[in-house]
Amino acid sequence: MPKLESQPFESKLDTSGEQFNKNKISMLSMLEEIDVLLDEAELGGGEHHKERLSKRGKLPVRERVFHFLDPDSPFLEISGLAAYKSDYPVGGGAIAGIGVSAGIECIIFANDPTVLAGAMHFYSVKKWMRAMQIARDSRLPFIQFVESAGGDLRPRSNAVVGGTTHFAESGRQFYEITELSKLNIPTVTVTFGTATAGGAYQPGMSDYNIFVKDQADVALAGPPLVQMATGEISSREDIGGAKMHAEKSGLAEYLADNDLDGIRIAREVMSHLNWEKEGTKPRFSIEEPLHNQDDLLGLIEPSLKTPFDIREIIGRIADGSKFEEFKPLFGPTIICGFISIHGYPVGVLGNNGMLFPNASQKAAHFIQLCNKRNLPLVFLQNITGFMVGKDYEQDGSIKKGAQMLNAVSNSEVPHLTIIVGNSYGAGTYAMSGREFGNSFTFLWPTAKIAVMGGEVIAGVMSIVRRGQAIRKGIKFDEKKDTEIVKDQQIGHDKASVALKATSVLSDDGIIDPRDTRDVLGICLSVVNNKKVQGSKSFGVFRL
Amino acid sequence: MTIKKLLIANRGEIASRIIKSAHQMGIGTVAIYTDPDANSPYVREAKEAFKLDSSYLDAKKIIEIASNANVDAIHPGYGFLSENSNFANLVSKSNIKWVGPSANAIKKMGDKLTAKKLSEKASVPTLPMTSDPKEAKKIGYPLLIKAAAGGGGKGMRIVKSQKDLKESIASAQREAEGGFGDKRVFIERYIAKSRHIEIQILGDSYGNIVHLGERECSIQRRHQKVVEESPSPVVDEELRNEMGAAAIKIASLLKYESAGTVEFLFDEKTKEFWFLEVNTRLQVEHPVTEEVTGIDLVREQLKIANGDPLDFSQEEIEWFGSSIEVRLYSEDPGNNFLPVTGKLIAFEPTENPLVRWDTGVETGSEITPNFDPMLAKVISYGENRVEAANKLALALENSHFGGLKTNRDYLISILRSDEFLQGNTTTDFLEKAKIKDEINLSEKEIYFLAIAASMWIQGKNRFESEVLSNLSSGWNNARLPMQEVKLQYKDKPLTVKYNNNREEIFTTDNNNLAKINSWDKNFIDIEIDNVRIRSKITCEDDLLLIQSKSGDVLFKILPKFETVKKVSIDGGLNAPMPGKVVEVKIKKGAKIKKGDTLVILEAMKMEHKVLAPSDGKVKEILIHKDEQVENGATLVVLD
Repeated sequence: MPKLESQPFESKLDTSGEQFNKNKISMLSMLEEIDVLLDEAELGGGEHHKERLSKRGKLPVRERVFHFLDPDSPFLEISGLAAYKSDYPVGGGAIAGIGVSAGIECIIFANDPTVLAGAMHFYSVKKWMRAMQIARDSRLPFIQFVESAGGDLRPRSNAVVGGTTHFAESGRQFYEITELSKLNIPTVTVTFGTATAGGAYQPGMSDYNIFVKDQADVALAGPPLVQMATGEISSREDIGGAKMHAEKSGLAEYLADNDLDGIRIAREVMSHLNWEKEGTKPRFSIEEPLHNQDDLLGLIEPSLKTPFDIREIIGRIADGSKFEEFKPLFGPTIICGFISIHGYPVGVLGNNGMLFPNASQKAAHFIQLCNKRNLPLVFLQNITGFMVGKDYEQDGSIKKGAQMLNAVSNSEVPHLTIIVGNSYGAGTYAMSGREFGNSFTFLWPTAKIAVMGGEVIAGVMSIVRRGQAIRKGIKFDEKKDTEIVKDQQIGHDKASVALKATSVLSDDGIIDPRDTRDVLGICLSVVNNKKVQGSKSFGVFRL
Repeated sequence: MTIKKLLIANRGEIASRIIKSAHQMGIGTVAIYTDPDANSPYVREAKEAFKLDSSYLDAKKIIEIASNANVDAIHPGYGFLSENSNFANLVSKSNIKWVGPSANAIKKMGDKLTAKKLSEKASVPTLPMTSDPKEAKKIGYPLLIKAAAGGGGKGMRIVKSQKDLKESIASAQREAEGGFGDKRVFIERYIAKSRHIEIQILGDSYGNIVHLGERECSIQRRHQKVVEESPSPVVDEELRNEMGAAAIKIASLLKYESAGTVEFLFDEKTKEFWFLEVNTRLQVEHPVTEEVTGIDLVREQLKIANGDPLDFSQEEIEWFGSSIEVRLYSEDPGNNFLPVTGKLIAFEPTENPLVRWDTGVETGSEITPNFDPMLAKVISYGENRVEAANKLALALENSHFGGLKTNRDYLISILRSDEFLQGNTTTDFLEKAKIKDEINLSEKEIYFLAIAASMWIQGKNRFESEVLSNLSSGWNNARLPMQEVKLQYKDKPLTVKYNNNREEIFTTDNNNLAKINSWDKNFIDIEIDNVRIRSKITCEDDLLLIQSKSGDVLFKILPKFETVKKVSIDGGLNAPMPGKVVEVKIKKGAKIKKGDTLVILEAMKMEHKVLAPSDGKVKEILIHKDEQVENGATLVVLD
């Protein structure tokens, strides 16, 4: 296999210094907090619910997922800490993740019946939608493990609409499943329990249905609603039993004896999908980075005030630490270059400071170039934004920044974004934030995402208040203002932390910095289920 | 005329053995084979090979092949036509040299009754015997029924009391008829605590006859030898000379040419020995004599057949050290040594220590019911008997083979037993020494092997994965159950659960730490806690064979998902092995008592009775006479 011809990056990171150690201790304590939350998420609705399931011969949701996966194969969970500090248990009552089953990469979405009997609400619907989006973007077979009481109809919940504001805006989930089918993306559903009313369309719209005997219960309306609507008295089995659907309605293709049998059948279905990835296999021989990935723990100072060289990360995620830097002498606050990760060649962009006008131009140029080479792009975000001020506005900060935003928006190769530190304002967009159509976004525990830093927001608001006071001719209460500034800063900082962002599924999850290379490796393999094809609508503008 | 081309009218290990010596002498070889042997190693080792449509007993056809191939000589090996005087005659008449004694000598010695008379003529004592069942009492119980044309334990029965005599004679006759086409049997006194000692002789066509000392073959199961050695721990020089002289005397009366063996029964207490018979062929156990004398017996046979005189005299023969041979069988010592059929998924004899492996099998060989289930003869040589025994045990332990049940563990137990090491090897050795068919491993050691096997399977899963194959084993950022491998050892399920960590150290559900040093498709080198395990591994379908310090352990890999269970019929009696139904002794509806013989099966030329497990009634008979049945097939259903 060929290799990248470039030289390894030479690390200047002092791993024996005091600051490094402090950073590392802080990072480890954040990871510990995440670990505790993951344990909590694993419990779902609680141990007693699991016991109840097992008494009925049913498997906990994580065991269902586990048995579906090929032994010893990797599994990348998506948004494991969704619904953090919400009205719902952390995890959001559903699991989504990318794994390998019968040798095929796929995305799995599974209801956790221990959480509100799997009832769907804002967080679980968003997770579900995200899973289907990944399936669509990367052309991954979509597997659903269904066991859901339907929408969470409790007054405070906006579940029916899955985060929308009116019922009329809801239902996109079912449309999405159908779309996947049209796009030749297989949809496989194992129904382990209830799936009624709207939920019935979850299996209803799938390519393959596997129903577990005596457990699956799939009907547009259960016996009470039927009685209300038509006066007919019926049993659950008559209306929605697995056997009935396998024998009479024909909704189920496969009737499974029990949970494990359903999973076995799902694996059989996977094995006949005749699935081939459209993209490439790893192109380069895979070498471990020369520099220790554990060093990433001590790289970042938690307040994010001390700058660090983003290339220290690149040197720890790239195969053999090899990094061919693009235009190193021009616009040096953005680092661009070529590396390979787990054998996949990519273009990488990382921030070494604010986006100055020529840095924006360099990035735009590089993104276009990678589109011509069909190279996926990796964005390593640590960006406080575009440089402001007279000189920079006059130099075309908006115009040149717009070139970068344009390039990012219209780039057609997959974008993988890792937010390692700051992610503020238009910088978030320019470095391919979630809403700029990237394929995946992952956060380091140190990530902070907001329109601008808390200190800045609080300070700006203080200046505005002072101006108002002067205009209105009232006395400005300095003492009170200091308190407001302090409170606002704390409030904004709290709202910008990684956990808050991941709670509302604005990303795909928080990762351990040591896993960055592996997560990117998985994502690169995943995006290659679809042919990686850059935009054909422009040549490379030498900006 | 000198022999330039030799046909071997045999198969398996002995064919390979003969080919080796022939080629060393510059003699070309011709192998014959039947369908089941199409892929046997000896067929490839021979210079030429011809297919035999019938069987290895088809004398006419074999001679036809020999003539067409222009061979100068035929070596019959042992078994099959080796002691068939008609065949020897036919060969000579076809102008092909016969590698063996004269047809006349074969004929005479083929009949044990005639042989006994010859021995008397030579003034060598014989055991009291009779051909008349009525005189059985005179001989006294226990007694031994032997086939007059016998060999290899076929048609042989020990009878402990009068009541069993009739059935034993009938069954011995049946076996003798099937095995040799001659149903004559006779009754001989049975001496329980004796030793089986035989003298190897060589005679040339000039009347020179020498003996090459003794072999002791007292350790036998089902009247077949398991362990053979030379010298015998109870034979001193004086006795050797005495027995050697007796053997030469008998051989001289026969004008014996080629290699032969004079068998004696030896009573250790009285130092008496009795003539039993002469085997007019190369013996299975000939290698131990070769090892201690340095004389290649096949080479000598070929030279003698060629008309060369022996080039050494009795005085020039010297004996050095000690040699032991064990016969490695695919059989189940725990189940009355019944033959086991199946596939040998691995067969890799060790070179450390280097011992002699005379074998006709290789990795992938199918052991079928068509032939004797002997896999190999393993022969060690040592300065003394204990060294030879220890070396042989070590070689068996260090080799990698299996996939089906063998008697390896049993052989190792024999070789490592105090009784054996002390030389207390009378014919009742196996009952007396309480040899166990068990591998010398503790439960913990088995569990560690299960961990090693699981780690190997894990490595295989990663190696075979086509996507995300470079990610470390079981990589995840989630909370998932531990990986698990379900194995079965003997009848016991054994599950190993594990997780991998960032340092690529696996932790089991029992908190063992496992670190893989190297993995490949047939090997693992792993540290489990502080125990280093370096094992060859062969995995085929659901069988995983892994080396341990005491030999291989066979695990069955249980499926992750349970599939439909096979329903067994209540009260059904299953065939303990594949075989042919030779007799159905019951009728539908018959009342039966526990221990009654219901069906007689024949497999590998041995008869096996299927007995009633309890009193009851025959509900259904699912087989008929002469039907070939699979292992585990339901034969009879009882109420």
